[in-house]
Amino acid sequence: MSVKTLTINNIPVAAEQGKTILEAAKESGIHIPTLCYLEGVSPAAACRVCLVEIEGSNKLQPACVTQVAEGMVIYTDTPKLQQYRRMDIELLFAEGNHVCAVCVANGNCELQDLAVEVGMDHSRFPYRFPDRSVDVSHPQFGIDHNRCILCTRCVRVCDEIEGAHVWDVANRGENCYIVSGLHQPWGEVDACTSCGKCVDACPTGSIFRKGTTTDEKSRDRAKLEFLVNAREKHEWTR
Amino acid sequence: MDLEELLEIGQQERDRQQQKKTRIRCCTAAGCLSSGAETVKNNLEIAVIEAGLEDSVEVCGVGCLRFCGRGTLVEIDPNGILYEEVLPDQASGIISALSEGDKNREELPRQSDRNHPFFALQMPLVLENSGKINPERIEEYIAVGGYQRLHHVLMEMTSAEVIEEISKSGLRGRGGGGYPTGLKWATVAKMRSPPTPLNKGGVGQKYVICNADEGDPGAFMDRSVLESDPHRILEGMAIAGYAIGANYGYIYVRAEYPLAIKRLEKAIQQAKKYELLGSQIFDSPFDFKIDIRVGAGAFVCGEETALIGSIEGKRGNPRPRPPYPAESGLWGCPTLINNVETFANIVPIIREGSDWYSSIGTETSKGTKVFALTGKVSNTGLIEVPMGTTVRQIVAEMGGGVPDGGKVKAVQTGGPSGGCIPAEFFDTPVDYESLLKLGTMMGSGGAIVMDEETNMVEIARFYMEFCRGESCGKCVPCRAGTVQLYALLSKLLNRQANQSDLEQLEALSYMVKETSLCGLGQSAPNPVLSTLKYFQQEYLDLI
Ligand SMILES: Cc1cc2nc3c(=O)[nH]c(=O)nc-3n(C[C@H](O)[C@H](O)[C@H](O)COP(=O)(O)O)c2cc1C
Ligand code: SF4
Ligand code: SF4
Repeated sequence: MSVKTLTINNIPVAAEQGKTILEAAKESGIHIPTLCYLEGVSPAAACRVCLVEIEGSNKLQPACVTQVAEGMVIYTDTPKLQQYRRMDIELLFAEGNHVCAVCVANGNCELQDLAVEVGMDHSRFPYRFPDRSVDVSHPQFGIDHNRCILCTRCVRVCDEIEGAHVWDVANRGENCYIVSGLHQPWGEVDACTSCGKCVDACPTGSIFRKGTTTDEKSRDRAKLEFLVNAREKHEWTR
Repeated sequence: MDLEELLEIGQQERDRQQQKKTRIRCCTAAGCLSSGAETVKNNLEIAVIEAGLEDSVEVCGVGCLRFCGRGTLVEIDPNGILYEEVLPDQASGIISALSEGDKNREELPRQSDRNHPFFALQMPLVLENSGKINPERIEEYIAVGGYQRLHHVLMEMTSAEVIEEISKSGLRGRGGGGYPTGLKWATVAKMRSPPTPLNKGGVGQKYVICNADEGDPGAFMDRSVLESDPHRILEGMAIAGYAIGANYGYIYVRAEYPLAIKRLEKAIQQAKKYELLGSQIFDSPFDFKIDIRVGAGAFVCGEETALIGSIEGKRGNPRPRPPYPAESGLWGCPTLINNVETFANIVPIIREGSDWYSSIGTETSKGTKVFALTGKVSNTGLIEVPMGTTVRQIVAEMGGGVPDGGKVKAVQTGGPSGGCIPAEFFDTPVDYESLLKLGTMMGSGGAIVMDEETNMVEIARFYMEFCRGESCGKCVPCRAGTVQLYALLSKLLNRQANQSDLEQLEALSYMVKETSLCGLGQSAPNPVLSTLKYFQQEYLDLI
């Protein structure tokens, strides 16, 4: 296995061949913000929050899927990236109905954290106030589409880790939404094992445990990591 | 099937055609069919029988005769008369004119002027058989030399030689990007596919895909090629398969092209019957099969990774590249994906040689390009011109300018991914680089002419509406950004916008362009940026 040397924000970094820029940065303690990325499932490269600048490339590249190469010169926090990240988060807030004050995930929401991180205190784009639904047909869980940012973490975790494939994306463009089963109410989907992995995976308050109220959503993210480790490396301790 | 049999079929077909003194070619491509070509053809056939001319006159349906704006088109061979806007009840007049000359002029449809630049400046290469042969009969394709190049390639050339020939020709992808075709072929040829349980460590499977998803508003070049000369695509794909080591091909056609699908199906069936597709073609070790996959009409499925996902039966979502399809495409195997028109160029390159091909066009862009000329222009239709023809020649001379003497303001190329060329740049030669420099692109070949009356901000909004509706919704900048861009353009057009909205429009355009995942989002702001650049005053006037 060969090792590649590169620099991230002028800090020299050594990373194994085949690692992504995101992994290499993490190992070296360099923070790159992410949103749709979830360790243990395949990357989607959809949120565009982890885009970085690479010298010699005229395109911004997503850190979560771009592999390291010898001599790469990477910048993760240039003024341009800061500006684009902020716009990206603003677009997300304007697109859905995010009312933090009454959300189960308030104070424990990755979207909210990102808004703070990129310094977004309001959206410069007008709010769209889409008409979206809530599905509480499942005995234990609920999904509030108003808070969904279409990161597809729930889709991937259910398909790739639980193997149930309850979720998928329906429709196109701004009309996209997360659909359960064959477009059935969640509670009627036989494939659902009620494992709750999607609750743990969801970065916002979109998928939640019934009975939780404002600010009460907590996630057991370590469970996903444990499961993946257990399967891939056969380490069965937590 | 061997070469002798192939030549024999061709000879028989030519003999059959020569038994009749006159061939009346009636266009049966989708454009003319929609203006009643089917009835015209039937009436012509009836008129021939009524006049007792069955022994000397043949009426046949052919592919596109180019002048699509003036359908139904009927051409008389050998005297070369092209009748335009033929109505069903004019059929008998056309037949009687064959024997009596055109003394009953008023009963005859108008004739096209064959010396008009619209025809004179064309250089048919991709369209060489279009409008000449019946696309539903393989014998007619064989009669004009069809499948002989495939035989030549299989018998006389190594796959490396084929790739070398394509590389030397300078052919570039006609799907929009202009990627050198030879280089793409060479890359896929060098790839090793992952071993499968049945094929451990072997060369494994590779695929050839023909991208016939043509979704740009105003573009119909690929459709015409498929409807007019489907066998040319099959032969081109088979040659590509031989060159890169693939024995399976898919043609991905959009469901909105039912006639193209029907003719392709027929063509594949006929080619299979003559063993020109299938196992051990021309008794060589080369197998090649082709299947059709019908898209459900999403523009984004023209993007190569989304298209591959769609063939695999998944949702048509683009995925990040690399890995490119050349490395990991259909079902993870190395895959060559080219546009319809790209494949249509293969046969003439092999036949006439790369030197000949590369002598056509400009320094960086070789060969010809088919454009679908539409919009505010007198002559609409399909044109094939050598690269390097100026925009002025295309719009003013061939297109005949704006009807009723209006002034041309700009031409939009590249559809929703492109931009406009304002009238002051009409002396620009059409090639990949020159168009990019102007902030637009060749695209797949739609050319929409706009006159002085056209509101450019409205045009920008039209394309943004298109992209907003066609975004797959996977990535944030494209899904949510196009919505906001559309809202900003509407705000402008409703005269509710101010200077800061205009600044936001521009800033968001760059953001969407630079951060979107696939080409759709990356190019969706182009019509806005291009009109902002050349027609800024129109935006300012709305504030
Ligand atoms: C949104 C989008 C739509 C596209 N649509 C088409 C299409 O309709 N036909 C096509 O040939 N290429 C289309 N392309 C380009 C293809 O991704 C691909 O580059 C092309 O088929 C390669 O063929 P070529 O090398 O022969 O040009 C599209 C690309 C994007 C980003
Ligand atoms: S429900 Fe949650 S995890 Fe699923 S796509 Fe929406 S925000 Fe992401
Ligand atoms: S740019 Fe648009 S079409 Fe392309 S992946 Fe993103 S959302 Fe889908």
